[in-house]
This record gives sequence, C-alpha cells and structure tokens, in this order.
Amino acid sequence: MNFVVIIFGSALMVLVGGVFSMLYRGIDRKLVAHMQGRVGPPIVQPFRDVQKLMMKESIIPDGAVQWLFKAAPFICLITSALLLLYIPMFGQPALLGGFDGVPGFGDALLVVYLLILPSLALAAGGFASSSPYATVGAQREMVLLMSLEFPLAVSVVSLGWRIGQVTAANPFMFSTIAEHPIWSLVGPLGVIGSLILLFALLVATSGKGAKVPFDMAEAETEIAGGILVEYSGRNLCLFYVADIIKAFAVSALVVALFIPYNLSPLVGVGGPVPSGIVEGLFFLVKVFVVMFVSISLIRTAMARFKISQASWVYIIALTVIGLVGLILVAADLMV
Amino acid sequence: MAVGETEKATFTIPVGPIHPALKEPIRLALTVDGEEIVDADVFVGQVHRGIEWLGMNRNNPIQSIYTAERICGICNICHPFSFVMAVEHATGITPPPRADYIRAITAEMERIHSHLLWAGVAAHEIGFDTIFHLAWRVREEIMDLIEYVTGNRVTKAMFQIGGVRRDITEEQFPRIRQSLDYYKSIFDQLKKVFLDDKTIRMRTKNVGILKREDALKLLTCGPSGRASGVPKDVRQDQPYAAYADLDVKAITPDILTGTVVGDVYDRIIVRLLEVKQSIEIIEQCMEKMPPGPLLAQPKIAVLLKTLTKAEGEGIGRAEAPRGEVVHYVRMEAGRETLATWKVRAPTYVNLMSVPTILKGMQIADVPITFASLDPCMSCTNRVVVTDRAVGRKSVMDYERLHQLSIEKTKELQL
Repeated sequence: MNFVVIIFGSALMVLVGGVFSMLYRGIDRKLVAHMQGRVGPPIVQPFRDVQKLMMKESIIPDGAVQWLFKAAPFICLITSALLLLYIPMFGQPALLGGFDGVPGFGDALLVVYLLILPSLALAAGGFASSSPYATVGAQREMVLLMSLEFPLAVSVVSLGWRIGQVTAANPFMFSTIAEHPIWSLVGPLGVIGSLILLFALLVATSGKGAKVPFDMAEAETEIAGGILVEYSGRNLCLFYVADIIKAFAVSALVVALFIPYNLSPLVGVGGPVPSGIVEGLFFLVKVFVVMFVSISLIRTAMARFKISQASWVYIIALTVIGLVGLILVAADLMV
Repeated sequence: MAVGETEKATFTIPVGPIHPALKEPIRLALTVDGEEIVDADVFVGQVHRGIEWLGMNRNNPIQSIYTAERICGICNICHPFSFVMAVEHATGITPPPRADYIRAITAEMERIHSHLLWAGVAAHEIGFDTIFHLAWRVREEIMDLIEYVTGNRVTKAMFQIGGVRRDITEEQFPRIRQSLDYYKSIFDQLKKVFLDDKTIRMRTKNVGILKREDALKLLTCGPSGRASGVPKDVRQDQPYAAYADLDVKAITPDILTGTVVGDVYDRIIVRLLEVKQSIEIIEQCMEKMPPGPLLAQPKIAVLLKTLTKAEGEGIGRAEAPRGEVVHYVRMEAGRETLATWKVRAPTYVNLMSVPTILKGMQIADVPITFASLDPCMSCTNRVVVTDRAVGRKSVMDYERLHQLSIEKTKELQL
C-alpha cells in the first residue's frame, strides 16, 4: 500500500471521524436532555467545549509526576484516534485493516487490545496526579478495564470462531466479517445466540463509553471527577476528545461486527461516488442506533453502579450471558 | 514485619468543605482501605454566620423572625415557627386558633417541597440524573402553590409573634386542592420510581444502616430516626399549633414493608410516605379551619412594647422536614433585643450518626448515605476556639466541655 495514501488517509480519517464523533456526542447530550425533560445544550456544544478548553490554562499539580501527567492525555488521544484507522468507517474498509487482497496491519482482535490503551493512559494520568480522588478513580478505571475485557473478548472471539467455520481467510479481518455476516451463517438457534452476543457487546460498549452507570472512574458526586480531577485546559481537552472518539469508535466496532451490511446494492445506486455517499449515510444511521441504545438510553434509565456491582455485572453476569450465546452458536453448528 | 507480609495501606480522603457530593460546606475525613471506609469523622463550622448574635445585639424580636427565616433556605417555615413559639412561650401571648391552622398548612407545604427536593438530590448523588430532573419538575407544583398562598417561593414571611401575617381564604381552597390532587394522582408513580427501580434498590438497600439502638443512643431525630424504627415525631409527641386537633402519627418504614432495616432505602420510604401524610394533614386543616382573627395583637407598635417589657424564657419545638428544631429564647425587661437566643437544628444531632453509618461502606456509598440524613449545614455550627496569638485552632470536645461544666457548677455552689 502506498505510504502517502496511509499518511493522508489517516489524517483525513481522524479529522472526519473526530468531527462526526463530536457531532454525535452533541446529539447524544441533546437526546438525553430531552428524555430528562430538559432543553439541553445545542448540538455543536462539544465543539464549543473544545474551543473553550483549548484557551484555558493547563495547571499541573506540584506533587504530580510531570512527564507522565503531561504524556497521558496525548497517549489517550492518539490511541483513541488509532481505533478510527482500524475499524471500517463510513461504509469504507478500514484504512489499516487491509482489503482487496492487500494484507492489513490488524484485525478485530487488535482493535479489542487497542481499546485497552486509552483506559490505561487515563489510569496512568490519574495515578500521576497525586490526588486521592484521582487515585481512587484510577483504581476504579483499572478494575472496570479488567472486568470489561472478558465479555468483550467472548463476543468478538465467538463471532470470529463461527465465521472461521465457513472460510479459510482470517475470520477476524473486518473484510471477512463483512463478506460473511453472522446472521446469514446461522440457523434459528444461532440467531438467538448471536443476539445474546450482540447484547453482551452492547453492554460492554456502554462500559467503554464511560457514561452512567459505568462512569465510576469519574463519578462527579462521589470523587469529584476522579481520574480527571487535576486535569485542566489543553490536557483535559485531549482527554475529552479522546473519550468522544472512543465512544464513536466502539459503536462503529459493533456495527462492523454485527451489522456489516451495505445499502447501495439494495437501493440500486451504482458508481463509486453515489454509492460511497449512500454507504456513508447508512453507516452514520447504524452508528447512531448503536450509540442511542448502548449509551444514551442506558445512561438515562439507570443510576451509577458501585465499582463492585459493575465488576460483578461484567465478570459474572455478562460473561455468563456471553458464554451462553457462544454455546448456542456452537450448538447451532452441530444441529 | 515478617518477610512476605504486607501492611494494609489506608489513606485519608477528604470530602469537603467543598465537594460535589455536598450541597453545603462540611468536612468529612474518611480513612479508606481500597474502596472500604475504615473510619470517618465530621468537622462542622464552615458556615457560622452569627445569626444568634444578630438576634441578641442588633434586631428586635419581630425583626428576628425574618432573620430566623434566613437560617436555612429550605426550612424557612420551621425556624420562624419554632422561634415565634419560643417567644410566645416566654411572653404568654397566645395565637388565635385560625393562625394555628394556617401555620400548620404552611409547615406541611414546606415538608412536601423539602422531601421532593431531597428525593431529587438523592437521585443525583447516585448518578440518576433523570430522576433528579423529574423529581424537581414535580416539585415545581408545590412551589407554585406556596407562591400562590404566601406570595413567595422561598422566604415566605408568614409568621408573626402571636399569629400569622396572611390569611388563607375559602376562595384559595380550590387551587390548593388542585395541587394536592395532582400529587395524589402521581403518588403511585413516584412510589414505583423510587421504591421499585432496580438500580435505586441496588444502591440504597443495606447501605448506611443505622440500627434502632444506635439511633436511640445518638439521638437521631426526624425521618432519619423514624427510618431506624424510632417512632418520634414532635407533631405526635408534643402537638403544637393545630396538630393536637389533627390525626398525626409518626411514620416508620414497617408500615409499608413490615420490617425496619434502617438503611437508605427505609429513609426513602419514610420521606415518601410523609409527603402523603402532609397532603392529608393539609386537607384536614382546610376542613377544620375555624374562622377568627389572624393576630393576637395586630398593632406592631403595641406588640413591640409588650415584647420589650416581657421577662422570662421560652422554648419552641417544631417538627422540621429534617427532624426536631428547637429555639430557646430568654427575654429581659427593658431590653429591646433578646437576651439569649439559641437555635438547635435537627442536622446538629443527626450528624452524630454519620461516623456510625459510614463505617464499613464503600466510597461510592458516601454521597447517598450522607445525603440520606438530609443534612442542612447552614443550620448547624460548633464552637471553634481560636488562639490568635499562637495561631492554633481547637475544637471543644466532650471532656473539655464536661470539665467546664463542673467548674461552672462549683462556681455557682460557692
């Protein structure tokens, strides 16, 4: 693959992905506000937040580990932005995911691991802040991270395993997943199993989105913003944008894994440009649905969990649910 | 320490004086081990405003009613209520019966608004902002009613020594009934939201337990005490104003659930049922309200003269939304201001139970547990002795106060 394409393509992808992520956060906030009976901020509010935060002074506490405190926001943003390059976006193949016989740099499994990095950077920043609130927040973030990993891995691996049964290609490649959508492979039992896996993944998405009920690392009323308590100005802005991009990317991951369908053959649009536009819009609709269900709805309808409860939800409840889904998908293959 | 043994590291998390979980300044020092709270201590005194001093040095008793109203933004009926009762007790003025009923109606309206406000705050503390917004929207109805009846949403200025300043007339009854019917119609919905919601139950059941024995030992009053199964209510035990004519019974959670646990969930039950009780009390008041004058002495100049001449001491007790509020006054003949004015707000005694209910909880439980007592800091303060020369601050503790009392007693015996 052409080196120049990668450089410029990445820059464009991060820019476009970033803009749409922020727009989607604005829509999310507006929708939640309406569901709560409020007017809510204008949809462009995230852009204004970023603009304001960039103008503010970045204060670094005296007791902080300076280099780590400053580096953590950058690592968090870069790793979040990296997700945009590995997940298929706007109906296009993932930029670094490999397509049309060209070997890529990574697949769905890599994305699962990449998802850990922003959280690690957040926790590192929290520990480096030398504030008791941030320390508690960072501990919670680590616990949540470890609890989340298992159900997330269960649903991604089950999906890949099932697709691997019908093709010789790497089943975790997004292009392979798009060629063999899970719903067309399985029978009725497998559909139920896949729905259960989708449910597990959606709840895991909610946890990755770090909003109520899984926002205990920030938990405004408990630990005053926890992990971010000492961050301000530009550093806080980087975390803010990283969080927004991550939420968008995780939703796009759900879309790529479970709804990898294209619209243009159905509506009969030909040609690369018109079909590209149709696919891009269709992708936005799909991501919106996933985000609305896994983030907006859940955070409107629930109270914040305690970290022990959230951990239980993920490690025990959701893992068991995921395994049941896996067993159903496997049983479907045998029947 | 032997090799391979690790020490359990505890560290202290300061909550407050300024913290998002606290609506008013107070400091909690929490010793935590991981997420678990090993020890807790409370430091108050950040909002001492010298209100009692104003009443003893600057204002005459009638002006002090309005100062008393400003002790707290939420309990701005029960403080003047208790205050005027104390002055009436000291001077022997008796308010006319109609005034007693109007006082009771306003006090119950305050209870409804205060409990709904608390419900919203409690939901916010556990991160359930949707319920917070809904509860406060529901609260707007009673705020509108309060404004309709008294002319003001917050500081209502209804009270006068020997009566009330405004009447509640027959023409106003339909509007009042309309609001009460609104609350009766949504009560089941409120109950469902607060008592049946899965996440609310997860966050409040078996959290912040205050056992009956502890509640008795720590003198916990108001809804917090009743939630622990102590059926104490000033309106029931020492009925004041119109409450003697009305049917008031202390509400404990076993009315609904059959058992008393004394956790945050029980405190929600008690407050919710008290909203219903208040609605019933207002309805009874409207039925039974006798005709008659509003004031024992309508001429303020005459009243002031009586107060200046008065000699004696008096106590006023009222059941505030948070518990029992006590005002004590002493009056000296020829003195325009009060000789002594002492306010004891319910939060002052309820704070004593904070270390007990926080121990063994998680950090995540602190906001809701603390908020479940419905603390009102601006009503509360404690003596801090400052030695300016040395720059040292010390808090008067039990031993020191005990010692001072012994010294004082000896001094009196001589």
